[in-house]
Amino acid sequence: MALPAPRKKLSTPESVYLVEVIKGMFLTMSHVIKNILDQDRFRTIEYPDMRKPMAARYRGAHRLTTRPDGKVKCVACMCCPTICPAKCITIIAGEAADDPAEKFPIEFDIDMLRCIFCGFCVEACPKDAIRMDTKIYEINAYTRQDMVHNKSYMINLMDGLKPEAEDVYRAHPEQAPAGYTFDEKPVA
Amino acid sequence: MSFETVLPYLIVLGKCVFAVAFVMQIVPLLIWGERKGAAYIQDRPGPNRADIMGIRAGGLVHTLNDVVKLVMKEDIVPQHVEKFYWALAPVIAMTVALVTFIVVPFGDTFMGVPLKVSDIDGGLLFVLAMTSLGVYGIMLAGWASNNKFSLLGGLRASAQMVSYELAMGLSAVVIFLGSGSLSLSVIAEQQALPLELGFISIPAFNWNVFSVPGAIAFILFWVAAFAETNRTPFDLPEGEAELVGGYHTEYSSLRFALFFMAEYANMIVASAVTATLFFGGYNVPFLNGETIRANADTLVALIGFGAVPVLLFFSALAWKRRNRPFYRAIAVDDIRHREPKFWTATWLGLAVVHAGVGVLGLSGIIGANGPTGIGPDTVAFVLQLTALALKVLLGCWIMIWVRWTLPRFRYDQLMNLGWRVMLPVALVNVFVAAVWIIVKESLFA
Ligand code: SF4
Ligand code: SF4
Repeated sequence: MALPAPRKKLSTPESVYLVEVIKGMFLTMSHVIKNILDQDRFRTIEYPDMRKPMAARYRGAHRLTTRPDGKVKCVACMCCPTICPAKCITIIAGEAADDPAEKFPIEFDIDMLRCIFCGFCVEACPKDAIRMDTKIYEINAYTRQDMVHNKSYMINLMDGLKPEAEDVYRAHPEQAPAGYTFDEKPVA
Repeated sequence: MSFETVLPYLIVLGKCVFAVAFVMQIVPLLIWGERKGAAYIQDRPGPNRADIMGIRAGGLVHTLNDVVKLVMKEDIVPQHVEKFYWALAPVIAMTVALVTFIVVPFGDTFMGVPLKVSDIDGGLLFVLAMTSLGVYGIMLAGWASNNKFSLLGGLRASAQMVSYELAMGLSAVVIFLGSGSLSLSVIAEQQALPLELGFISIPAFNWNVFSVPGAIAFILFWVAAFAETNRTPFDLPEGEAELVGGYHTEYSSLRFALFFMAEYANMIVASAVTATLFFGGYNVPFLNGETIRANADTLVALIGFGAVPVLLFFSALAWKRRNRPFYRAIAVDDIRHREPKFWTATWLGLAVVHAGVGVLGLSGIIGANGPTGIGPDTVAFVLQLTALALKVLLGCWIMIWVRWTLPRFRYDQLMNLGWRVMLPVALVNVFVAAVWIIVKESLFA
């Protein structure tokens, strides 16, 4: 059995309790008074009315980047599903004869329920085709199936097509992630 | 049956309803104070999301939500409990908490009716008896729940309450040594008498707390009151770290609400009794009953016009709050933008009402028929009730304040404090009080 830790010997005023109790009470009361006088002193961010500005390197929901011609940059090289520690990326590759890239993903699904937001997929990508720079952290849905983000969803993520937070973004445009647009684009 | 025969019963009924309402009205306020106070002590904004048509009232609406939630919840009766005693326990806890209030006077007289539900000669004994009955609610709950955590909670509660009752009773002895009466109304009246110092008489500072034994007795009584109401730092019966929820682990829905309200009702009653014993009860300092009645008009005018600048200031503050970062962050058409406007209007309206009251005082209608009659009596009643309510609220705030400042005692420390510190101090204090009274009488009489 562990020996009891040695106890600090209390000085006389401390052992009476009352003095120390009153000292402590003055400390807490000073907080109350300060907070009543200035109610914007709190560090609390009143989510969802207020949002914390996310850091530039914050890893949010994934998006797929596109080339100027509108096609995805991804060449289905399978680097990201290979490195993904959560094994949540599913890519079905297809061949595009008329395209210099020759290969492209027909399906590109990320199961957000399994993703651990490690960012390895972004690091591994040789084409800068997948990014997590959306700063979207409200990744939510009513069904498990909807938690699997597919290709068109991830391409249009910043165009305001999906996240449940969309309603909030519409009500508070100033709080949407930078670059977020609201005009609905047809699903590619 | 004529009206005259029914009237006394009606008066008693009215006073009962009033006393219960007084306690039950403060309960939601305290729950709000507990949450908001805790939040402000811990530097966070506290409850502020529930709203009625955009008016959040600083979180007061949450208390309403709680009531709805607790009423709508399923009332689960566990299979293994002793059903009768189990169901009885919260009722006892609540009843005892409310019944204690009947001996507390909340004013002197109103149209010849003494303002206390019952003037028991042994009022102080009644209070002590009722607080010791209060332990039965918790003990029954702990025992009938038929589970080890509740039982331990109940055991702790009974041991703790029995220990602290001694110190509580002995500190009350000091009061009736001085007053010569056990009736709370007599004790309150005596504290309204002016302080006679032989050469000068001051119409205040005659409260029991303004004497050496009285002050010590107050501290002892107050600490014991914490233990009796199971408030932190003596809330071991419900120490959630060791005992899940203690004696109310098995309760849900309204039965839990009863225990919850009983705790707050106990706080209110403990504060009310402390206020009556040590702080003059319903007495307004410098203004005893006769002074209030004789100067009813002046007082009404002073209070009415005095409140106006304060209310205008509040109104201006409320108007300024519309520029808070919060209101700038929410959408332009958000319903909560009404809030600063609503409060500005409310405070302004109250200021107008108070100005009207002041004009009423200036007009001299209230005291037109001399210091008796319904006018001066109403003024005295309102002032004295406000004084009592303020003292009670202050006491309750101190309880909340202490709860969010101090950590819980260890059980052996609790027992040490009760038996080896408070009991001897209380005993010695009784002798100090006796000596004090003799010295005072030989000096000033
Ligand atoms: S962030 Fe990590 S876990 Fe998520 S998809 Fe990319 S590699 Fe997989
Ligand atoms: S690593 Fe990049 S290019 Fe390769 S499959 Fe993944 S997203 Fe496509």
